Amino acid sequence: MRIYAVAVYLFLYIPIGIIVLFSFNAGRHASDFRGFSVQWYGKVLSNPFAMEALTTSLLVAAFTAVFASVFGTMAALALQSVRGRARAIYDAAIYVAIMVPGIVIGIATLIALVTLFGHLNDALALLWPGPPDTAPRLNLGYGSLIAAHTLFTMALVIVIVRARIAGMDRSLIEASADLYATPFGTFRQVTLPQIFPAVLAGFLLSFTFSFDDFIIAFFVAGSETTLPVYVFSSIRRGVTPEINAIGTMVLGVSLTLLVIAQYLLRQRRDTDTGAPS
Amino acid sequence: MTSPWVKRLLLFPATAWMIVMLALPLLVVVVFSFGERGPAGGYVPAFTFDQYLNLPARLAAFRNTLVLAPVGTLLCLLAAYPLAYFLAVKVDPRWRTLLLVLIIVPFWTSILIRTYAWIFILGGQGIPRLLEFVGIEGVRLINTRFAVLTGIVYGYLPLMIFPIYVSLEKLDKRLLEAAADLGSSPAWAFRNITLPLSIPGIATGCMLVFILLMGEFLIPALLGGGKVFFVGNALVDLFLQSRNWAYGSAVAATLVIVMLVTVGLYMKLMRRAGAQRDDVSLF
Repeated sequence: MRIYAVAVYLFLYIPIGIIVLFSFNAGRHASDFRGFSVQWYGKVLSNPFAMEALTTSLLVAAFTAVFASVFGTMAALALQSVRGRARAIYDAAIYVAIMVPGIVIGIATLIALVTLFGHLNDALALLWPGPPDTAPRLNLGYGSLIAAHTLFTMALVIVIVRARIAGMDRSLIEASADLYATPFGTFRQVTLPQIFPAVLAGFLLSFTFSFDDFIIAFFVAGSETTLPVYVFSSIRRGVTPEINAIGTMVLGVSLTLLVIAQYLLRQRRDTDTGAPS
Repeated sequence: MTSPWVKRLLLFPATAWMIVMLALPLLVVVVFSFGERGPAGGYVPAFTFDQYLNLPARLAAFRNTLVLAPVGTLLCLLAAYPLAYFLAVKVDPRWRTLLLVLIIVPFWTSILIRTYAWIFILGGQGIPRLLEFVGIEGVRLINTRFAVLTGIVYGYLPLMIFPIYVSLEKLDKRLLEAAADLGSSPAWAFRNITLPLSIPGIATGCMLVFILLMGEFLIPALLGGGKVFFVGNALVDLFLQSRNWAYGSAVAATLVIVMLVTVGLYMKLMRRAGAQRDDVSLF
């Protein structure tokens, strides 16, 4: 059984190892390994298309993570005291947002926004005081990417933060109220420090999800290109060591964030016992 | 916190998001699926069932999905169970957290990059070339069902391991001791105690993997090379190439319905098993 376990871990990590190894390949071709070199990293960093895609992905991921963690935490806090039918509707919406496959979300968002923007653009052109062709137009791009990524990640943050709230020591909140703290004071000094690791973990997971997402971005990116969309179209043109270098960097970023998120989520026992400073 | 005004304010962004980015788009898909294709693509309002009646035109995609998604789910289950058992029962608790994190981490990293690695491994310069060294020639692995299934097991194994691990970890070990004391063999105890008690985990894992596989696009696109394609690949083609929104919406709606039926069956099974749902702590 131990041998089988080792085999599974090798199965999970060897492909990742191969990408990392070949990203340092000195040879011209993807397949022959001819010694170590960082030339492909240099190529990627001086490739304007890859760099632009990277910038787009980082910006979208950063905004997504901020929106998802702030709005998700707000909703998780409020949902504590929502009961009955309303609560059932919210719970259903959260699970639908998490479970509906990305491809359906991508398609649905694409056709809904294109249709909606079409009508809004007509209205804007009518209301615009200047010549009609100078009227501002709404298009798919940063906005739709961030909005679509925020839906899934916000639902995720709600689930994570809610689990943390459920494990929180309620007597501290009561004690704080007994000692005449204002509700906001209680929130800032008691609730927030306790849920903060979960919020931060949610932030990091949201960033990772948005940064790694291909399928939703494929539909709603409009004229923008995110890094996964760029990588996908590069793969379609053929396998090159440059993709290995991008892949290694992408894996490096997400692995770092994930390890931190896991650390934060698994620390709950330690912080529950004492007041965090 | 108690004031309803504050509560409404806190819930406002999430509510607005779910209406505009979830409810509205899904509603649009349903409405469009009863419409017609515009002359230059897109959508023309109508009320017709033509799109649904025309679904057999994409039968191959549905057939592939409905064959390969269950097979992929089963392979994941067979690969995942021994490992979940090892992690829950056999492993030294000191190592358990680390080993669990090592399972979760790949699941959260880019599926695109991880699937791309298999193009490399299964492609002409990978395993087939290694086989040539030992004298086996002419093996083609990429762009086959085998490649797609390998990618599926690789991508979704963590999602299967976790729920099974959770249900095995909760299992009361004293039951196994009692069975042993009463003279039953380990095989009998596994068959009659461990396996039945892990069914909720198996069902949860299978449902999660199956649902995600129904909407899979990347793995068949990269490892199936246009020969092995899923409904997801048909959807990309319909929306991004032929721009047939009405028909594409009908395909998407059908996909969601099949998924809802699956979840419904799962819920029924779980209720009959009288088990509580295992919450999956993949986050």
